[in-house]
Amino acid sequence: MHPPTGCYGAPPQQQSYPTIPAHPAPVPSKAPITNSAHSANYYRSNHHQQQQQQHLSQHHVAPSPYSASPSSAPPSQTYATLPSSAPPPSNAHYSQQPLQQQHHPPYAPPGSYYGPQSYHAPPAQQSQQQPSLVPAPAVGPGAPVYPIVSYPSAPGSSQFGTLSSSQSAAAHGVMPTQMGAPLHQYGTTRPASTAAVQPGYGVAPPSHLAPTVNGQGGTGMCGGDTSSSSTGSASPVPNSYDNLEGGSYPDSMPPSNHMTNQAAPYGNYGYPGMPPAYHQGPAAVTDSSPSHDPYGQSSYQQYSQPFPNMSQLSAALGGLSGVPELEVAALRPVNLLQERDLLPHRPLEAPEPNLSPDLKKVNCCPQSFRCTLTSIPQTQALLTKARLPLGLLLHPFRDLQQLPVITSNTIVRCRSCRTYINPFVTFLDQRRWKCNLCYRVNDVPDEFMYNPVTRSYGEPHKRPEVQNATVEFIASSDYMLRPPQPAAYLFVLDVSHNAVEAGYLKYFCESLMDNLDKLPGDTRTRVGFLTFDNTIHFYNLQEGLSQPQMLVVSDIDDIFIPSHDSLMVNLKESKELVKDLLTSLPGMFSESKETHSALGPALQAAFKLMTPTGGRVTVFQTQLPTIGAGSLQSREDPNQRSSTKGVQHLGPATDFYKKLALDCSGQQIGVDLFLLSSQYTDLASLSCISKYSAGSIFYYPSFHCTQNPTQLEKFQKDLERYLTRKIGFEAVMRIRCTKGLSIHTFHGNFFVRSTDLLSLANVNPDSAFAVQMSIDDSLADSSLACFQAALLYTSSKGKRRIRVHTLCLPVVNQLSDVYAGADVQAITCLLADMAIDRSITSSLSDARDALTNAVVDLMSAYKNNVCNLQQSGLVVAASMRLFPVYILSLLKQKALRTGTSTRLDERVFAMCEFKTQPLQQLMRMVHPDLYRLDDMSDQGALHLNDTVVPQPHLLHLSADRVTRDGAFLLDCGNVFYLWIGKSCDHLFIQDVLGFPDYASIPATMTHIPELETLLSERVRAFLDWLQDKRAFSSTLTVMKDNSSAKASFFQYLVEDRSEGPFSYNEFLQHIQQQMS
Amino acid sequence: LLLLLYTNAYGLYHMIIAFDELKTDYKNPIDQCNTLNPTVEKVKKIKRVKIAIKLVLPEYLIHFFFCVMFFCAAEWLTLSLNLPLLAYHVWRYMSRPVMSGPGLYDPTTIMNADILAFCQKEGWCKLAFYLLSFFYYLYGMIYVLVSS
Repeated sequence: MHPPTGCYGAPPQQQSYPTIPAHPAPVPSKAPITNSAHSANYYRSNHHQQQQQQHLSQHHVAPSPYSASPSSAPPSQTYATLPSSAPPPSNAHYSQQPLQQQHHPPYAPPGSYYGPQSYHAPPAQQSQQQPSLVPAPAVGPGAPVYPIVSYPSAPGSSQFGTLSSSQSAAAHGVMPTQMGAPLHQYGTTRPASTAAVQPGYGVAPPSHLAPTVNGQGGTGMCGGDTSSSSTGSASPVPNSYDNLEGGSYPDSMPPSNHMTNQAAPYGNYGYPGMPPAYHQGPAAVTDSSPSHDPYGQSSYQQYSQPFPNMSQLSAALGGLSGVPELEVAALRPVNLLQERDLLPHRPLEAPEPNLSPDLKKVNCCPQSFRCTLTSIPQTQALLTKARLPLGLLLHPFRDLQQLPVITSNTIVRCRSCRTYINPFVTFLDQRRWKCNLCYRVNDVPDEFMYNPVTRSYGEPHKRPEVQNATVEFIASSDYMLRPPQPAAYLFVLDVSHNAVEAGYLKYFCESLMDNLDKLPGDTRTRVGFLTFDNTIHFYNLQEGLSQPQMLVVSDIDDIFIPSHDSLMVNLKESKELVKDLLTSLPGMFSESKETHSALGPALQAAFKLMTPTGGRVTVFQTQLPTIGAGSLQSREDPNQRSSTKGVQHLGPATDFYKKLALDCSGQQIGVDLFLLSSQYTDLASLSCISKYSAGSIFYYPSFHCTQNPTQLEKFQKDLERYLTRKIGFEAVMRIRCTKGLSIHTFHGNFFVRSTDLLSLANVNPDSAFAVQMSIDDSLADSSLACFQAALLYTSSKGKRRIRVHTLCLPVVNQLSDVYAGADVQAITCLLADMAIDRSITSSLSDARDALTNAVVDLMSAYKNNVCNLQQSGLVVAASMRLFPVYILSLLKQKALRTGTSTRLDERVFAMCEFKTQPLQQLMRMVHPDLYRLDDMSDQGALHLNDTVVPQPHLLHLSADRVTRDGAFLLDCGNVFYLWIGKSCDHLFIQDVLGFPDYASIPATMTHIPELETLLSERVRAFLDWLQDKRAFSSTLTVMKDNSSAKASFFQYLVEDRSEGPFSYNEFLQHIQQQMS
Repeated sequence: LLLLLYTNAYGLYHMIIAFDELKTDYKNPIDQCNTLNPTVEKVKKIKRVKIAIKLVLPEYLIHFFFCVMFFCAAEWLTLSLNLPLLAYHVWRYMSRPVMSGPGLYDPTTIMNADILAFCQKEGWCKLAFYLLSFFYYLYGMIYVLVSS
């Protein structure tokens, strides 16, 4: 019944909904739709079936006005359940209970009236489940309303539980002490006297509201809290009432208010039972009673949840948004001078926005879409006061395991701002929805009323678009400028003497040969080859030729294309010729003595060749372009490499490449650059060709096929990934955000075509983008801020698709809340991007100062505005405790360091990586993960399939953590270092490395043998597990304590003084000085 | 002379409009339909940037010509009023982004909010300056005509 389930691969939900069985059996879970497979969407396939069945499902429709949900339970049932559930055993404890009971009767009727389906079901379940104390209740209630609830990750937290608990807290007037600061508003809003009444209130609204708000489902529940808290009194009722009249539906809030008026004790609601009694107890004592914890916590968080989209409520929000315990923890002041062990045991996760669990459930995955502040400050003034950058980090085309793909004739969008419909819109009634970005009220088109997932009619809020924050649409021809072009790949290969020396050609041809069938594309896929030294060579691969024909154009000042239709050929038809060419290519130039490189003209030729279709140009270059247009001179002075003064030549020397890239971008050609060189090649200029055409850049310093096996291995692995990864053509990405927010600056590889539109000739799954935002208008009238990134692209199969990500975050008006929601990793990445811009437009030292100042500013701001304690030392919110470490590591990165010998190209490449790498990868590069491997235990290990993946603790990057008797793994993102201490346990060396003792380990070792020992299995399982999470595979280097490569290991220990002027302690002291 | 100045102000006005269009573009819902229309959009945008580029140099040249005229006419006061702007123009042109052709604005960075805002502000300030000086010159001319 819930096809979506299938999509998500969520656990079977059946159990949770008793009611469901009544429905016509859904198409049982279809195979999950993975985007990689491009599988057809369930939508389409089911469609006709569904229509046929529609008449069957009509009975559902009939009750629809009120029973928006499919829940088959007859109203009467609802009724029944309420009372029964009401007297839960737990209630007995309650002093308040009598009160509630009284209210019950009045309530009940409304209950049945409205939301019934959605609500009564829950109660029943809850009562059942109560005994078990399992968080399950949440699932229960949610289930009927929202079939899709099955988010694997979703915590079982009980929504209901939460509500009640919060109320209880209020009622008692007991605020847990921790909450004090954040809650301030709370206190004010609710006078103690009202407490008793309020509880009831609070409860009712939440539950009811919830459904209304989203229309969709999950969200609603918690929202209620806010409203209740804010109003505190009956006042809310009238308002909502009005709304109700206004034509609200079952979905809409009004009903809820209704309930509230009446009296609202919790009980009515339906959840009768367990929650109130249960929670109240725990809530009051949240801290003290550990046993209750699960409940208490969940309830708390929910409490704080802002109400989605309800402008009326928003005001209340601020107050309400209490601080969940998590947040309290995030706010705990940390004195950096005293606390040393700051690192968590496991790599840091993205902080969870302080949203209702239902919103959280549907919110966009932080890996795709992340904001530096998970609580958006209400005004620019507040943002400035916080001294933190506001921005988004996007990884829009990431490889996803599951992605709902939707085909429908009309893609529902806001008529005013063109936002795609998303889980955070409000359904005013079944016919209208309110845009969450511009607040315009739109009509729901007829087609949208039909829900292919449940095959029922009249439930727009259950459509997959509204249940998922990440969806993909198959776009109609309205979204095309021209018919989708075939995937076209052109390889531009440097075959000058230098390239032959480096010997990459052979490996490239081998790799391409192996992956020829895996190139993304369909039967129309076209390929072409072009080689160049001081002339340009084209290859005629027209089907029917007996062997490839080489056409040489030596007039590089005025490039022309010798033959128009036979140079880019259909891969399928000419596969034999292509293979021929790939076999013969390495040999053809082995005698080449030509040292010049005409890269510029070759790129111009490639541009002309690709203009008709657009596509991807892959350039392999091994030296500085020396002749023709775009030739460059060496600008690097090796003696200046370690200068502490400014670094020159970070910007391009010529705008030839930039202009060409813009032309390419206009013709939908993306240029990817592989730079394999041992000398200076002026990457700063060359990188422009990829930067502005949305390409990617790979750099292999001192690449040589025999002398540098690690680079070769990395090249081969990267190439394999590169050739087989997904690709999108003719892409544009637009980022929309809630009214009041605007985009300030973009970071990444693209051409900015408009204030919110990026033009991406090619889009690949490994590049990320960052966006700086500013707050133009106060966001006071909304409680949520939403961001939507829509990526329109042509898939390699010739389908026009739109991938939409929507992120929803709460708006706060307190500085402490802003700090509590700060995402230190995202902030670090965004600051890195900003610092790189600064170092190019201004100077490197400027950028470094700016980074240091960012820490100083944050510390001062926190000290002055939030932390009232007159503590000495450096105090910072716990959420930001790693900020100084990260900034210090940033300052020691190749891109930004001074005082250490850094080749200009490597520096520029590091800068390019900062701009395009996704956050996780970037963080590993900036602040590598250090693990100790020789004493791993299975405690806390992950069990995946049949393998046990141990989870060793993270260690601080300091030499005093690296002991002589241990083995340590340093995960730097694209390379692993396995450090073997001098007196490392022999057992480890034997079991894992396969050598008898330390002395016999070779100096260069790049693989871990597959041994049958337990330890070896664990180590390999751990390495594989780390590897699985990244797109490009990393190389492994085993290092001995005495090896000469030691320096490259120690340079990553950023907390020491080994690199750069500061150790971590010195850095802190420096900051303290700056503050005073 | 007056006419020239007028042209200059007029040109600048166009430039401001061009920037304004750039900025407000796509915030305007009507333009939203262009979303689907990358090439057209792009051409439009580049055209706008080109307009700006085309206008910049003539503006600078005309201003420079004025200064030369003032110098020849020994109008020291007027010249001194104009010198700062001349110096600014020279500095601005020297510190322009790397570019092979003439021009001041880089299409890849112009959409950056800071830069766009700066360019717009610069445009308005100069427009005000040119307008004021236009009236001042007019006054000067009439004064000379009347007194002779």
